[in-house]
Amino acid sequence: MSHFRQTVECWQCGHPAEHSLFCRYCDSLQRPTADYFRFFGLEPRLKIDAANLEKRFYELSRLLHPDRYLRKSPTEQQYSLEATAILNDAYRVLRNPVARAEYVLRQAGVESLEPRARTLDPALLAEVFELNEALEEFRGGDRSVRPALEQARERFLAQRGEIDAGLESLFERYDESRAPNVLAEIRKLLDRRKYVQNLIEQLDRELATESTDAATSD
Amino acid sequence: MQLLQIDFESHRRGRVVGIDLGTTNSLVAYMDGLRPKVIPAPEGGVIVPSVVSYNESGEFVVGERAREELIRRPERTVYSVKRLMGRGLEDVREELTLFPFHIAEGSESVLRLQLGERTFTPPEISAQILRQLKRNAEAYLGEPVEQAVITVPAYFNDAQRQATKDAGRIAGLEVLRLVNEPTAAALAYGLDKRRDGIVAVYDFGGGTFDISILKLHEGIFEVLATNGDTHLGGDDIDNLLLRIALEDVASEWGVDLSADSEAVQRLRRRVVAAKEQLSYARKTVIDFEYRGRRYQRELTRELLEKLILPIVDRTLACSRDCLRDAQLAPEKIDEVVLVGGSTRIPLVRSAVERLFRRRPHTELNPEEVVALGAAVQAGILAGHVEDSLLLDVTPLSLGIETMGGVVSKLIHRNSTIPASATEVFTTAVDGQTNVLIHVVQGERELARDCRSLARFELKGLEPLPAGMARIEVRFLIDANGILNVTARDLRTGKQQEVEVKPSYGLTEEQVERMIQESYERAEEDLRERQLREARLEADRILQALEKAKPHEAYFELSEEERARIEAAENELVVAYHGGDHLLIRAKIEQLNQATLRLAEMMMTTAVRQAIEGDKS
Repeated sequence: MSHFRQTVECWQCGHPAEHSLFCRYCDSLQRPTADYFRFFGLEPRLKIDAANLEKRFYELSRLLHPDRYLRKSPTEQQYSLEATAILNDAYRVLRNPVARAEYVLRQAGVESLEPRARTLDPALLAEVFELNEALEEFRGGDRSVRPALEQARERFLAQRGEIDAGLESLFERYDESRAPNVLAEIRKLLDRRKYVQNLIEQLDRELATESTDAATSD
Repeated sequence: MQLLQIDFESHRRGRVVGIDLGTTNSLVAYMDGLRPKVIPAPEGGVIVPSVVSYNESGEFVVGERAREELIRRPERTVYSVKRLMGRGLEDVREELTLFPFHIAEGSESVLRLQLGERTFTPPEISAQILRQLKRNAEAYLGEPVEQAVITVPAYFNDAQRQATKDAGRIAGLEVLRLVNEPTAAALAYGLDKRRDGIVAVYDFGGGTFDISILKLHEGIFEVLATNGDTHLGGDDIDNLLLRIALEDVASEWGVDLSADSEAVQRLRRRVVAAKEQLSYARKTVIDFEYRGRRYQRELTRELLEKLILPIVDRTLACSRDCLRDAQLAPEKIDEVVLVGGSTRIPLVRSAVERLFRRRPHTELNPEEVVALGAAVQAGILAGHVEDSLLLDVTPLSLGIETMGGVVSKLIHRNSTIPASATEVFTTAVDGQTNVLIHVVQGERELARDCRSLARFELKGLEPLPAGMARIEVRFLIDANGILNVTARDLRTGKQQEVEVKPSYGLTEEQVERMIQESYERAEEDLRERQLREARLEADRILQALEKAKPHEAYFELSEEERARIEAAENELVVAYHGGDHLLIRAKIEQLNQATLRLAEMMMTTAVRQAIEGDKS
C-alpha cells in the first residue's frame, strides 16, 4: 500500500479533503481510506491499547454507520457503507494481536513461508508424528490414549503461550526500531504459531466429539 | 447542492413502521414519540396470524379470517410460509410431509405454491401479510405508510433475507432495513430496562430458533455472536404431537386421516390448544370430534416434556456454541431475555435458567417485543432515536468454491456487518473472457455441504494469456446481511461487469414483474375505492335534493333555474351508473353549482323561521 500524498477534492464542495473522513468545509462524508491504522487515526504500531481501540470503534461507528445516512444523498450512503465495512474489517484485524501482526507484515510485503515439515524444527516434527499415531488409535476406538492426547494438548497450549510471549517482545522491538529483520523474525514465529494452533484445534475437535457422547448419557 | 439535500430529506420524511413477519404471527409497530407501540388490527388484538387464503373470487384473505379458511378451504390457504422463504425444492421436501404446502408443478427453479387455480411464490404470499399490516398501520395512523423495517431470524441466510426484502417490495414497502429478531428484542429490552452489560436473547418462535449475545454500552447494541436453526420452533412440537394423535386415531378408528387436510387442520388445532394449556396446567385432554366420531387423550406436562426434550436440547446446543463464539462463560451473561411464543413452555424456561444460571426476563411480552424493537430501529433510521445504534453480525461464514470443491472462507461468521473481503481472480486458459465465481454460505469445508448462494460471472474480460488477467472482486455484506459483489480489472482500473445468478430465490426481473403486477392490482383497488367514494357522495347530494324539492324555496326558483337543476340531476344519475369516478365528481360539482341559490334560499328561510320562532 502506497502512502504518497494525493490531492483529493471533496466530492461535494470541491475543497481539498486531505484524507480525512469528513470534509472540514462542508462536513460531508468522504470516500474512505483503506488503511486500517490510518482509518483509526493510529500510528502503525504492533502494540495497541485495546480499551482505546474499542472506544474509538464505537465513536467511529456512531459517525459512519449506514443507519445514520438513510436520509442523506446516495453518494454519502455509499461512502457510509464502504467506510463502515472498512471500519469493521479494521477493528476485527487490529484488536487481535496475531491478525494485526499479519496485517503489518502483509503491508510491508513479508510473505508467509508456508510452514511445511522442512521449515519446522525436528523436535516439534517428532512430536507431531507421535500425535498422529495416537490420534489414529483414538479414532479407531482406543480410549486409553486419551490422557496422552490431553497431555499433548497441554504441551501445545504451553508452546503457544511461549510463542505469544516471544511475539510480545518482538512487537515492542519492532515498534522501537522499525527494523525489517524484526519483521522476518515475527514472520517465522507467526508461521510456527499457526501450525501449533491448527494442532490444538484438531485435538479440541477430536476430544470434544468424545466428551459430548459422555454428556448425553448422563 | 443544498436543494438536493433538502429534497432527499423531504422525500424520506414519511412514517417508518417496524414489522415482525413471523412464522405463526405477524405484528406492526411504530414510534409514538420516543416509545414503541404496537398497532392494533381492525378486528381487534394486535396479532395478525401469518395465514393467507386466496378465495374463489380472486381475493386474498389474511390473518384471523384466513385462519378460519384453513379448515374450510385448506387447498387455497397457506400458513408458516416463512419456512419456504429463500429455499429450493430440495430443501423443503422433508417439510412437505408435515405441512399442507401444495407445491405447484415446475417448481424446480423457483418454488411456487398452488392456491386454487393460481400459483404464487413464497415472497408473494408473505407480501400479502405485509400488505395487510401496511393497511392496518395506515388505517390506524391515518396516513400512507411506505417504508418499513422488517425483522428476520438472525440465522437467516442471504437467500432468505433477499426473499424477505423482495416480499416487502412486492407489498409496496421500501424495506429500509432487515433487522435480526433477537437484536430487535434486545433493542426494545435495552431501551426499557438496561443500559450496559452483556445480554443473551433466547428467541424460540413458531418456526425458528435464534440465540444472540450482545454487549450493551451507552446506547450501542453490539452483537458479539449469534447462532440458531431456521427450522426449529413451536411448529416442530406441534408436528410431533400431531403425528402421535394421528397414529392414535388410526389405531382407534381404523382410519388414516393424514391425507384428509380438513381433519388434519382440525386435529392440529386441538393439539396446539393442548400444548398451550400445558404451559399453565399439569395435565389436559386432547379432545377431537370429527364426522360423528370422537377421540380423547389425556396429555400430561410430564409426557410433553419428555417428548420435546430433544428439541429443547437442540436449542441448548446452539446456545453453548454461541457462548463459545462470544468467548464468554455462562456466568458472564448479566441478563437473559426470552422472546417468542415457545418460551412460554415451562421446560424451556427452566432449561434456559439452568444453562445461564440466572432467571430469565419475561416481563416484556414475548410476542410483541420483536415488533417493538423493529419500531425502535425504524425510529433510529428516521433520525428520531439518536443515541442508540445497532452493530449486528453475519450469522454464517461466506466463502468461495476453489479447486476440488474446497471452500475458501472470505468473511467469517459473527463478523460485524457491514463487512467486506477482496480476492484477486485470474484466468486458467489462454484467451478466457469470463470467470465464474461460486459463492457459498456455511461452516463446512466442502462447497457441497454449504449453502449455495449464487454464481457470479465476470464477463467481457480482455482475452489474455492464462494467468495474466487480474480481476479484484469485492464481496461486501451490507447492514441487512445481504451480499453485494463488485469487480474491478486491476490492469485497467475499470469496473468489471458482474452477472448474478442466484441459486435460490427470484431474479431481479421476476421481482420487478411481481411489483408491476401488484401495482396494477393496487391501481385497480384504488380506482374501485375512488368510484365507491364518488358514488357515496352522489348519493348524499341526490338524497338532499329529493328532500329539498317539496320545500317552498324550490318553488320560488325561476323555471329556468329548476330546469338547470333537473338537467344536472339527470346527468349525475347517468354518470353514477358508469364506471368513471372523475365524471361522477364533475357532475356532482355541476349539480352543486345549479343548486347554489336553492341552498341559500333554504338557509335564509330556515334562519327567518328560527328568528320568527324565537319571537313567538
